[in-house]
Amino acid sequence: MKTIRIGSGAGYAGDRLEPALELMEKGNLDYIIFECLAERTIAIAQEQKLKNPEKGYNGLLEYRMDKVLPLCVEKGVKVITNMGAANPVAAAKVIKKMALDKGLKGLKIAAVEGDDILHQIDRYMENDILELEGKKLKDLKEQIASANAYIGTEGVIEALKQGADIIVTGRIADPALVLAPVMYEYGWRHEDCEKVGTGIMIGHLLECGGQITGGYFADPGYKDVADLARLGFPIAEIKENGEVIITKVEGSGGRVTTATCKEQLLYEIHDPSTYLTPDGIADYTNVTMEQVGADRVLIKGATGRKMPETLKVSIGYKDCFIGEGEMSYGGIGAYERAKLAGEIVKERLELTGVNYDELRIDYIGVNSLYRDKISDAMLQDKSVLGEVRLRVAARTKSRNDAVKIGNEVETLYTNGPAGGGGATQSVKEIVSIASIFIPRDDIKQIVSYEEV
Amino acid sequence: MKLREIAHSRTGDKGNISNVSLIAFKEEDYRLIEEKVTAELVKEWFKDIVDGEVVRYQLPKLGALNFVMDKALGGGVTRSLALDKHGKSLSAALLEMEI
Repeated sequence: MKTIRIGSGAGYAGDRLEPALELMEKGNLDYIIFECLAERTIAIAQEQKLKNPEKGYNGLLEYRMDKVLPLCVEKGVKVITNMGAANPVAAAKVIKKMALDKGLKGLKIAAVEGDDILHQIDRYMENDILELEGKKLKDLKEQIASANAYIGTEGVIEALKQGADIIVTGRIADPALVLAPVMYEYGWRHEDCEKVGTGIMIGHLLECGGQITGGYFADPGYKDVADLARLGFPIAEIKENGEVIITKVEGSGGRVTTATCKEQLLYEIHDPSTYLTPDGIADYTNVTMEQVGADRVLIKGATGRKMPETLKVSIGYKDCFIGEGEMSYGGIGAYERAKLAGEIVKERLELTGVNYDELRIDYIGVNSLYRDKISDAMLQDKSVLGEVRLRVAARTKSRNDAVKIGNEVETLYTNGPAGGGGATQSVKEIVSIASIFIPRDDIKQIVSYEEV
Repeated sequence: MKLREIAHSRTGDKGNISNVSLIAFKEEDYRLIEEKVTAELVKEWFKDIVDGEVVRYQLPKLGALNFVMDKALGGGVTRSLALDKHGKSLSAALLEMEI
C-alpha cells in the first residue's frame, strides 16, 4: 500500500531550523510543512505590508529558505508553509529570487491568497464577536488592523495539481497544511468526512513540530526525554486507509511514545468530538494509539463530519498598552520589602493620577541575586525567601500611562525600601484578536505562480 | 497522593480559554482519575485563576480527561497581565492536586 511521508519543520514562527533540515536530508520525505503563523502575528505583518508592499511575510523566510531551497531540489521534498503571513505573493517572489541567486532550476512556487478580507470588512460590522460577550464588530471598528479568514485546503490542493514545489499561504488553518497534500495524494474529497477527519487529526498532531516528539514533555524523574538539544521533528507516515504512524529520524533527540502523542492530540482542543476546521469537523473520541516500535506510534480511529457553513475570521485590533516594571529584593525580609515596594507603587499610581484598567503585582525569585552559595543556604532555611523580585504590570489605554508603571518601579531605587536592585521596565502596544464568523462563500482562494 | 504520581498533563490556550489534559500513565488508573477528578473539583482548585466554567471531556480510549476552563487567561493571551500569558504552567498546577 502506498505511504506518504510528511514532516513538520516548524511548530511556531521562531522555531529551530536544524531539525527541519535533518528531516529533509534523512527523513525520506515527500512533503515538509512549516507552521509559522500565530494568530496575532498576521496583524503585525499587515502593518509591515502597509508600510512596504514588498513586506508582510514571515521575518525568517529568507533565513529558512536559504537552507531549505537547495534541499527541496536535491531531495525532491515539496514545501508547504504559511510563512506568507500577510503577503504570500511577495514571499513567493522572494523565494524565486533566492532560487535564481542560488542557480536552482525547475522550481514552481505558488502563492495562495484569499484569506485577507480587510477590504470587505464593512460588511460584517453587525457580526458578533466570539471572545467579547455582547459586542459586535462595529464596536472595534476604529481599532481594526487586520482581518483574515481561516481558509481550508482548496488553494493548496489546486497548487499541487498544477505541480507546485513550494506553496506559500497566509492565514490557512494549521491542520490544512498537512491535510491538503494527503487529500491531493489520495484523491480524498471533502465529502469523505471520515478520511478528512483523519487528515485533520494528522495535521493537528504535526502542526506544533517537536511537541509530539518529546518537546514540551520532559519532567525529570517522571517523564525523562533524552537529548532535547537535538530534538528530532516529527514525520507522519500516512496510508491511504488513514492509518498513520508518527515517528522521527533515527538517532535524533527526543522520543515518540503514546504519551507524547496523547499530550499533543489534546493540545489546544476543547470538545474532542468537535474539532472545527474549514475543511471539516474532526472527532477524536474513538482515537486509539499503539506503540508499534521504537519511536513509532500507530494512531487510528479519528472520524469526522462535514465542513462548517461558516469560516472563522481572525480580527487583529489595537487593544491597549501594557506597562511593566520589576525590581529585586534579597536576604532576610526580602518578601516584606518587596510587598512594601508594591504598596508604594500602587499608592504612587493613585497619587499621580495614572489611569489603568487592571493592575497586577507579582513576587518572583530563586537565585538571581546571590548565585549559589548564599542562595542555597537560604533555600535550605524554609523560613527565608532568599530573593523576591517585584513585578508590577498594568493595562492602560494610553502609552503615557503605561510608561509611568515602569517609571514608578524604577523610582524605588532612591525612594523605596532598602536594597532594591536590578530595575527593568517595558511598554508594549497590544494588538489583540477578536473572532467573527462569515459565510464560507464570501471567500475565494486565488493561486498565483512563480517559476525558475 | 498527588495526581503527578499517576498522570501527566499539557495545557493549551485559545483566547481566554485554557484546556488542560490529564492523561493516566497506566490504563488501569484512568477509572480512578475519571472518578476523582471532577469538573467541580478542578474549578475549585483553580478558583483564584479561572473565572469561568470548567467543562470536562472524557476520552476513555486514551485514558485521558480534557478540562476546558473558560475565562482562565486573564482576559486572553494578548492582553493578560500574567508573565505566563498562555497559562502554559497550569498543567503542573493540576498535577499538584491531591486525590
